[in-house]
Amino acid sequence: MTYLAKPKFHHPELPKNSLGYTHRDYEGTVSTLCAGCGHDSITAAIIQACFDLAIEPHRVAKISGIGCSSKTPTYFLGNSHGFNSVHGRMPSVLTGANLANRDLIYLGVSGDGDSASIGLGQFAHCLRRGVNMVYIVENNGVYGLTKGQFSATADRGSKSKRGMMNTDNSIDLVAMALQLGASFVARSFSGDKHQLVPIIKAAIAHKGAAFIDVISPCVAFNNHAGSTKSFDFVREHNEAVNRLDFMPSRMPIEVKYEPGTVEVVEQHDGSRLALRKLAADYDVHDRTAALGFLQHHAAKGQIVTGLLYVDEAPEDLHAHLRTVGTPLNRLSEKELCPGQAALDKINASLR
Amino acid sequence: MPTATPISRVNDFVVRFANVNGSGSASANEMFARAILRMGVPVAPRNIFPSNIQGLPTWYEVRVSEAGHLGARGGTDLMVAMNPQTFDKDIAGIEPGGYLLYDSTKPLPPSKFRDDLTVIGVPLTAICNREYSDPRQRQLFKNIIYIGVLSAMLDMDVKVVEQLIGEQYRGKDKLIEPNIKALHIGRDYATLNLNCPIGLRLRKSDKVGDRIFVEGNSAAALGAVYGGATVCAWYPITPSSSLADAFTRHCGRLRVDPETKQAKYAIIQAEDELASIGMVIGAGWNGARAFTATSGPGISLMQEFIGLAYFAEIPAVIFDVQRAGPSTGMPTRTQQCDIISCAYASHGDTKHVLLFPEDPYEAFEMGAQAFDLADRLQTPVFVMLDLDIGMNHRLSKPFAWDETRKYDRGKVMTAAELEAGKEFGRYLDVDGDGIPYRTYPGTHPTKGSFFTRGTSRDRYARYTEEGAPYVDNMQRLIRKFDTAKDLVPRPLQANAGKPSKYGVIYFGSTSPAMDEAVAMIEARGHSVDRMRIRAFPFHSSVNSFVAGHDFTFVVEQNRDAQLRSLIVNECGIDPVRLVPINHYDGTPITARFIAKAIGDHLDKLTMKSVKVTS
Repeated sequence: MTYLAKPKFHHPELPKNSLGYTHRDYEGTVSTLCAGCGHDSITAAIIQACFDLAIEPHRVAKISGIGCSSKTPTYFLGNSHGFNSVHGRMPSVLTGANLANRDLIYLGVSGDGDSASIGLGQFAHCLRRGVNMVYIVENNGVYGLTKGQFSATADRGSKSKRGMMNTDNSIDLVAMALQLGASFVARSFSGDKHQLVPIIKAAIAHKGAAFIDVISPCVAFNNHAGSTKSFDFVREHNEAVNRLDFMPSRMPIEVKYEPGTVEVVEQHDGSRLALRKLAADYDVHDRTAALGFLQHHAAKGQIVTGLLYVDEAPEDLHAHLRTVGTPLNRLSEKELCPGQAALDKINASLR
Repeated sequence: MPTATPISRVNDFVVRFANVNGSGSASANEMFARAILRMGVPVAPRNIFPSNIQGLPTWYEVRVSEAGHLGARGGTDLMVAMNPQTFDKDIAGIEPGGYLLYDSTKPLPPSKFRDDLTVIGVPLTAICNREYSDPRQRQLFKNIIYIGVLSAMLDMDVKVVEQLIGEQYRGKDKLIEPNIKALHIGRDYATLNLNCPIGLRLRKSDKVGDRIFVEGNSAAALGAVYGGATVCAWYPITPSSSLADAFTRHCGRLRVDPETKQAKYAIIQAEDELASIGMVIGAGWNGARAFTATSGPGISLMQEFIGLAYFAEIPAVIFDVQRAGPSTGMPTRTQQCDIISCAYASHGDTKHVLLFPEDPYEAFEMGAQAFDLADRLQTPVFVMLDLDIGMNHRLSKPFAWDETRKYDRGKVMTAAELEAGKEFGRYLDVDGDGIPYRTYPGTHPTKGSFFTRGTSRDRYARYTEEGAPYVDNMQRLIRKFDTAKDLVPRPLQANAGKPSKYGVIYFGSTSPAMDEAVAMIEARGHSVDRMRIRAFPFHSSVNSFVAGHDFTFVVEQNRDAQLRSLIVNECGIDPVRLVPINHYDGTPITARFIAKAIGDHLDKLTMKSVKVTS
């Protein structure tokens, strides 16, 4: 049985958010991934983020490609429309959906096999277009569904479960996202919900192309000694630049941290991000420096996590196209069809 | 004096211009065609161009036909040979007794000509060198000067050409006077030095009526505007790029809010065809009317996504402007060669709706109708144009729109219906027509959401790999395709004057050549009934048409008789009853070709039957 409905009953005193929804209202069906899969932790983080933000579930469209990570949209937001499309092409489907209705929240879920190989082109182009979305890559460096082949994000020199050595260079999607003009770029770790949940919340509030690379160990095929995407390896080599606290615009700002170590970033919608800076010299507004910082640490074998870059006032694709405020899928004949009078003029111009 | 009698005809001949790509000849040649139209005489121009920007040979053919024949005729009566590269081949293509206009600035040996032609030399380069000092002007005005020469040779109304120059350069007024001057330089030279007019002549007529002169790609794009398309995602490819360009242009005029200047459309030039069809499917899923425009290679790239849209049941419109394949093939030559790759696009068992417009009028009609069909049937719909219709100006009926017409958005369940407790199963066949209800994302907080996927699922969109629900779903998709048979445009039938044992099936751009061929076939003592197919799936009348004739010719512009295969396959017809007539050298099919192929076949048959009876 691959489809499992979750029982709807829950503890009567489960906390409710401002919409009156409980955490359970943001869940989907039971996960069919392996027990302990990092992806399930990301699912939990997405649920937490949407609950905290009191998002109406049906205002989210969740779109994915093909692979283990792309299966996860069934496990969260059961009252949202979801679309499990074709391999590597979530970005184009999401772009089209976004063009049709600019009012929804678009959550794109992909994996390293999906986004860094066949999907590399679409990954690049949706970021450079500035599609208003949250693009999450659940990155485990391995093809899980087909049983353990290396993906393009696997580090050179890392070992597969079967003992094979990866001799190809790896693709760093975060570095690419920075270079391609994504206006919100972060990396996190599935095992660190305190970092991941606020990052997802901030990305949802961001009105532009937000990219989050989440290192998510594969318990079945990439969690052994010699892997650079295992729980142990990531915990040991994690170099967090900041810890994020996210405050929606309606919440009062409570900065509890020592001055000098906290940077408050206000996004275009009024929401605020409080960054507890761990790397004192790290500037989240400097795209070029972010790239340098990332590569400098990568050379030392360190995985930089945190919010790496944000543009507080991004322009999205709809702004570039100057589309009307009404979602295009709501325009009627009256607004779309120019009628016979216009056609008469056109006919006259063609004689 | 030529050895053959010079051709003498009024309002019925073919002029062919041989030029070099990028020399500015196209607009002058088009002006020549338009001038004839303004004289009330039907013309059918065809641009024969290379896959190149500058330097390779290009031709522009103007068929003048008072009788209104708009198909390519074949052969040339007057060759305007402006390209030394192709001179010999161009001369060889002139009909016996035809005419040659060439640039006589440099003397050519008599061996370069044919003695059955009327050869007219005009020192065009010398005239231009004398009149203009700027090399660019020398080149551009040479084109207008030869139009001036032709105006005298063919006895054209020069006022009409002057007026067209005025219209063409409206807003750039200082260009009008020098162009009119160039026109008269040519005309005056011809009047003084040549024996004008020649045997080919133009005479004012009233055979154009209220028809319009437009390219099929532009018409299809206008159809998309009228049909309510709001999202266009495309990737440049000849010969379809001008469709997306035209949509951009039409939207700029018709779909921008006059006050806010905001766009009621979104156009994305995607990174490739994989992305363009992905965007169309994403937008269709989300309730916008979306399309892409492409050609054969793009169709090949889109296969996987098209299968997803078929199986997940998402509306999408694909304009396929066909060109000669396979592979890169002949990118600037016409064919009808994507019939099978579109009808059965993608892996697994799939079938798709195809529409076959014959001209710009139908490209507009079907361009709009495709969106209603896609929404109604929740599936991809292909509008099968080709380079011949798409990229050439064609005389066609004026566009018309019924103001009372409402868009058919298909079966979309609303928030109110969900709230009222109406049962929703995304793949539930509630009406027995195979078409389920869908909801747009974001419709209702707790009801009507579903998960769209390319994997198998049950009637409530729940993932399953069990056999029975899979078969149930595939059977419903066939029911839906059967429903489509009565929704798509029906075939049109035209019977011969007397009962005939033979039929002809044809479609798309073959139309004008087929219509013209009928009289030619009759002149050979045969008659045929005609059926023009306008859509796939085939209406039941296709079966009865084939059943009602001893055999039926299937005329198409590809090597493998693709439409014939589709008819055999889908209608369960014995292949021997369908005789393939295939034209596929990249040039548009001609009436001469059809009449010869069918005529020869029927001649043989008649001779055989004569033998049997004697």
